[in-house]
Amino acid sequence: MPDPGLIILVALASVPLLVAAVATAPRAAGWIAAAVPALLFVGFLAAAPAPGEQALGALPWLPSLGVALAWRLDGLSLLFALLITGIGALIFLYAGAYLRGHPQIDRFFGAIALFMAAMLGAVLADDLVMLVVFWELTSLSSFLLIGFEGGRSSARRAAVQGLLVTVGGGLALLAGALLLGGIAGTYRISEIAARAAEFAAHPWAPLVVALIVVGAFAKSAQAPLHSWLPNAMAAPTPVSAYLHSATMVKLGVYLLARLNPVFGGMPLWVELLTGFGALTMVVGAVLALRETDLKRVLAYSTVVGLGTLVALIGQEDPLAATAAIAFLIVHALYKACLFLVAGIVDHETGMRDASRLRGLARAMPLTATVAALGALSMAGLPPFVGFVAKELLYEANLLAAGMLPAAALVANTVTVIAAGVVAARPFFGRPAPTPRPAHDPGFAMLAGPTLLAALGLLFGLLPGLLGRVLVEPAAAAILGRPTEAKLVLWHGFTVVFWLSVATIGAGLAGYLAWHRMQPLLAGVELFDRYGPDAQYGRALRGLQRLAAWQTRAIQSGSLRRYLALSFLALMLPVGAAMVAGDGLRWPGLDPLPLAHEVGLVALVAAGALVACLARNLITAIMGVALVGFGAGVLFLVLGAPDLAFTQFSVETLAVVLLVAVLARLPFRGTDPRSRGQRVADAGVALLTGVVGGAVLLAALAMPFDTTIPAWMGENAAPAAHGRNVVNVIIVDFRALDTLGEITVLGLAALAAYAVLRRREVRGP
Amino acid sequence: MTGSLILRTSARLLLVTCVLLSVFILVRGHNEPGGGFIGGLIGALGVIVYALAHGRARTLRMLRADPKSMLGVGLLLALASGALPPLLGISPLLTHQWGDLVLGPVALPLGTTLLFDIGVYLTVAGFALAVVLPFAEE
Repeated sequence: MPDPGLIILVALASVPLLVAAVATAPRAAGWIAAAVPALLFVGFLAAAPAPGEQALGALPWLPSLGVALAWRLDGLSLLFALLITGIGALIFLYAGAYLRGHPQIDRFFGAIALFMAAMLGAVLADDLVMLVVFWELTSLSSFLLIGFEGGRSSARRAAVQGLLVTVGGGLALLAGALLLGGIAGTYRISEIAARAAEFAAHPWAPLVVALIVVGAFAKSAQAPLHSWLPNAMAAPTPVSAYLHSATMVKLGVYLLARLNPVFGGMPLWVELLTGFGALTMVVGAVLALRETDLKRVLAYSTVVGLGTLVALIGQEDPLAATAAIAFLIVHALYKACLFLVAGIVDHETGMRDASRLRGLARAMPLTATVAALGALSMAGLPPFVGFVAKELLYEANLLAAGMLPAAALVANTVTVIAAGVVAARPFFGRPAPTPRPAHDPGFAMLAGPTLLAALGLLFGLLPGLLGRVLVEPAAAAILGRPTEAKLVLWHGFTVVFWLSVATIGAGLAGYLAWHRMQPLLAGVELFDRYGPDAQYGRALRGLQRLAAWQTRAIQSGSLRRYLALSFLALMLPVGAAMVAGDGLRWPGLDPLPLAHEVGLVALVAAGALVACLARNLITAIMGVALVGFGAGVLFLVLGAPDLAFTQFSVETLAVVLLVAVLARLPFRGTDPRSRGQRVADAGVALLTGVVGGAVLLAALAMPFDTTIPAWMGENAAPAAHGRNVVNVIIVDFRALDTLGEITVLGLAALAAYAVLRRREVRGP
Repeated sequence: MTGSLILRTSARLLLVTCVLLSVFILVRGHNEPGGGFIGGLIGALGVIVYALAHGRARTLRMLRADPKSMLGVGLLLALASGALPPLLGISPLLTHQWGDLVLGPVALPLGTTLLFDIGVYLTVAGFALAVVLPFAEE
């Protein structure tokens, strides 16, 4: 039985190999790439625990922080792992044909394989920190995939929007996860669940719930954070099918389901999930009716589906958990299928406008058949599995109070309309001309949607099997206790059945009226002008204006102003803190300074005065050099030869550099500042000197703790094999500090190089 | 060709002196005042004076290595000198190791601290050269 933790590592390790393989054999890319998720799928089947059981394991990661690479394979994570790898295999195969001949096909498969590995890590994680890390990795790979066609500005905007929204939510999640782990005393999700009652009583519990819910809502496109999802349709269609309908957007739902045993008893949790879930259902439904682009219609119907899932998880009845899992599977099957169909239509005809595509069934009979099968499941007609799920949905929502039953009715009706618009309308009627002559695609592109549609039918005919093997263990994980999930196709003539009939009737009527209703709704400018997408744009423009303003205010380009601002920003708070905190101290003069020390200090002071008063720049440089070398000699006298050594080298370098620069620049021998500027600069300099001096004096007045220097002195030779304590500190005792410092040096050199190089680039 | 004959000749001498001195200071650093930081600065100083006298292009040819590459190699060396123990699972990052290099009758005590210090040397010298060399004339 393979170790699930090992499967994640294999998935991660396969990414660079896959890129190399695709780069060598781009024509076979789909087949090569599909082998990876297919193998992982088999691995998960082999690793699957018996229904109702779970497998736990961990690798040490940051033991000192209590963080581990801990994984858990139970009903819920197994279901997600199978969806991710199973649908992944079909979509990788499809993408190989969809992107045939694309010059960057290797980059595409690298990003999507990285995404798959990240997704597996996130759903298998039993450690909150590990979950957040992989969660962010899915956002990053999603950014790369949405922006894959980065030449188009819409793709760039959509990629940035998706990243900002999901990573912003990820920050909230990180804060929530750290607080949750801190309160519970462990980051293991499986252990936290056991302390749910304890946690609910904690005063910070509402804050934790709110933070985690925000993270999940951003990822799962809940209103009002939904608008990034339809815009993400700028990605190639396999990405839309994989990330933005079947897997990644369900990660938020997964997290809510995973943490439901912890938070489920809290009223805030129930209110947030059912409230925003219902809102999302209605918002998505209305917006779906405004679109004509096949992919955007599907995207808004995905928003509806995500709202449905969130609302179901928020309900406390066990039936809701069963309904949530059943709908999650069904939605993944039909939505991935229909996205792939939309991709085929786009690929083979050159357009995807539902209002202009007509009569494709004659030219693409196979595609039309697959589309019809997928659409029937989406519309929830028997004997497809969509019908089973919809019956469960209504049953669960009828138990809930408030807006939910009405929202469910609206959502399901619009789902029927959307299914018709995407999968029926383009294929029937009189054929309309298309940019490219329509025809059925090859095997690689048809295999995925066909299999997904066939599964929709198969599970509809065998709902009991689906319920026992997949739904029941996953629903038990949501509830945190065993449950029984009886999925049946035929319930009899119940209220729920008549609701289904009413939904399909209303949906059919809506579908027939769609070509008149859509332009009316699309004409309402209110949505475009004040919707969250417009607000996002406004916020981003505001941010840019703020950035431009503060850049103009601070980055004036004048070196003198930079220095003045830097010194003021440093010295004003320090000075204020010292005065306010009563930190001014005067050290005793014991022992009294020796005569040559006083003389050296006088020399340094003289150099400083010369630098301040000199009108000639070379004289001023000499004054500064006198200060530097004087300080170096002072170090030497006071018994710090290493410091003196460094001071001399740096000072020499500075003088050489200044002379070299002065030789190159149009040389102005004298100080060009006006009198007012000189006075202002003197003020800044005086403040800097006084505050700096006060800090040094106060530090000297503090009693000196000799424990650490004494320890270092004693241990340098025996433990670190060096007699020069300063150097031992630099390279050994505090080597990490040194590594950090030289890294900063490296970055500074690169920045300086970039600035100084510009001149050369602009040359002829 | 920029500097005067005197500058060009003395710069060549200074270069050799500075580089030799800097290596000496680097190596003695563990027991006497010195080390990679100071050594790097002194070495860079010699090269910079050479560049002021002979121009940038000629200096870069003489160096055979881009200062940015020196910087990168230095950083990697410093990191690598301390990365082995944790990779082998012996001890945390940057815990240095010591041993004797036996060459016939002489046993030379050596430690990974020297590698770290060479990394510091290369980084500091690379930094100084990368920042200053653009100012040297062609």
